[in-house]
Amino acid sequence: MNVVVLIKQVPETTDVKIDRKTNTLVREGVSSIVNPFDMYALEQALRIRDQHGGKVTCISMGPPQAEAALRETLALGADEAILLSDQAFRGSDTLATSYTLAKAISKLSEFDIVICGKQAIDGDTAQVGPGVAEHLDIPHITYVSKVEEISDGHIRVRRMSEESYDVIMSPLPVLITVLKEIGEPRMPSIKGTLRARKARITVWTASDLEVDDEMVGLSGSPTQVVEIFSPEIRPGGEIIEGDSAQEKARNLLIRLKEDHLL
Amino acid sequence: MSVEIIASKCTGCEACIPACPYNAIEIRDGVAYLLDSCVFCGACAKECPSGAIVVSDLGPDLGPSSKPSEDGRSEAHDGHGDGVWVFVEQRNGKPAGVVYELLGEGAKLASDLGEDLCAVLLGYNVQHAAEEMLKYGASRVYLVDDPALESFQDEPYAQVISELAEEYRPSVFLFGATTIGRSLAPRVAAMLKTGLTADCTKLAIDKETRLLLQTRPAFGGNIMATIVCRKKRPQMATVRPKVMKAAQRDQARTGEIVKLSREIIAPRARLLETYPIPGQHVNIQEADIIVSGGRGIGCPGNFALLEELAELLGGAVGASRAAVDAGWIPYAHQVGQTGKTVRPKLYIACGISGAVQHLAGMSSSDVIVAINKDPNAPIFCIATYGIIGDVLEIVPALISELKAGGH
Repeated sequence: MNVVVLIKQVPETTDVKIDRKTNTLVREGVSSIVNPFDMYALEQALRIRDQHGGKVTCISMGPPQAEAALRETLALGADEAILLSDQAFRGSDTLATSYTLAKAISKLSEFDIVICGKQAIDGDTAQVGPGVAEHLDIPHITYVSKVEEISDGHIRVRRMSEESYDVIMSPLPVLITVLKEIGEPRMPSIKGTLRARKARITVWTASDLEVDDEMVGLSGSPTQVVEIFSPEIRPGGEIIEGDSAQEKARNLLIRLKEDHLL
Repeated sequence: MSVEIIASKCTGCEACIPACPYNAIEIRDGVAYLLDSCVFCGACAKECPSGAIVVSDLGPDLGPSSKPSEDGRSEAHDGHGDGVWVFVEQRNGKPAGVVYELLGEGAKLASDLGEDLCAVLLGYNVQHAAEEMLKYGASRVYLVDDPALESFQDEPYAQVISELAEEYRPSVFLFGATTIGRSLAPRVAAMLKTGLTADCTKLAIDKETRLLLQTRPAFGGNIMATIVCRKKRPQMATVRPKVMKAAQRDQARTGEIVKLSREIIAPRARLLETYPIPGQHVNIQEADIIVSGGRGIGCPGNFALLEELAELLGGAVGASRAAVDAGWIPYAHQVGQTGKTVRPKLYIACGISGAVQHLAGMSSSDVIVAINKDPNAPIFCIATYGIIGDVLEIVPALISELKAGGH
């Protein structure tokens, strides 16, 4: 079973805060992490490999620094890591990103399952996975909470939607995006960490991928950000006082009633 | 939009580095340098004290040099029809709540553009739902009624929808940012090779350029971004449920139902069965009131108290990541970055300290009540009303007060 995991390096969200006085974005430090949902994707991939054999390849598109994220996946047990890095990819929106990633996946000799995290925690779009599947002309299944079975060239999974679980069966190759419910990611082993430190990470540029220049980076991105601003800050709250729990409860309910919430 | 660094003006002061939400700037040889991860949002330019970062095409009118109206029209109005389209997500013939919100918002956009509001409905035996869409403001419903479309499946739905969009050329196409919408819309956008903006919380039409201004939260709601799709059509967006105002039903409204038939491909990924999520009585994303519990409630058994309170209020039960990770309540209840994003009218956080990741999933609730022993818990910073006290005393008090009536 050849499994491809798509990885994104993201800024650690907790570092992004709003300065309440100036209402501007404040970033303390600039630490980067592997997108947490991608860790679940990797965990799922490793479990499939552990059970069915084969190989796990992690692919990330990003600046040279994103190599650090890929090394982390190697430490956890991924067999190979490929970084897609080129100035030509700058300014990519989700359409251009999914095209570029799909070009990289189709350059691999073979693949059975592509796994992505549900979404990245910086953009929160959840759009790249289905986009990659369309560019590869393979089916996709989003919000997978459990891989139930892989056999006879098919995968059966459980998708979580708002009110139900949907059981979906697809032939391979397929792309799935996974939720946290998949299971806790493993910890890196010492051996893995040592191996990751020395491993060579393949870098593919635009020319390696033979991409259409008009489909990558800024020119391949129909959407553009025209403004970034801080959300409105919630007005300061009121502490409900009272001499006893009962009185506090009563006073709160009075407020909620005044707000027509009860 | 593009961002350029004028090396001769850059002093290497690093002011731009923390301003970049994408970690995309570093200093090389004493000069700021944009990495591949730059999305050209321009956030850095505002912070540069020496004017070394030049952003073109930025401005309230989307910039004089971009000529979006000419370019936009050449593709948008190339002799075909137009309109603001709404995808009617339905299960068993019943449209999802967000559909009415899309119709409400879509009507405003259509009126600003002077175009028609149209609904796109796929399903089987759903004629009645098509008629309802007219009562809720659609002037036209494109209906594809086929046994092959009875349940939502990505491939046939994406195929039919992209064919309709290519044939009728809407200028705007809205989907709910639901499980279905967020799975379907990106596949359709990739088929049509057009732009898609995820999980929008505000939409508007720019008067001059007629472009759809799509505003959405990013970084777990810590920043907002406004996005446009200049040249490709349709301008596609998924819209966060419970944000836009729902359309009102008007029995007197009439319109046209355009029945279409299509040859439908057999899906590769097939839906075998659907069953309710065990233990989930209410979908927390649809609930107007949510009572949520964190580690501060002490033990799993105490969720029964929250359930009782939620029931008295007619709400649903949510949970923090800590409570879910401890195994106290299933993942389907988790609110926050790795769980669900909710926006109820009332959110009652019980024993939840308010980690940023939790706030990301609930901070846009209309009214937030925080109940926590620790007066310094961050949740109090965003709470409309705070009660400092033991959840296990306050919640039972709320329950007995509600039972006693008078509220």
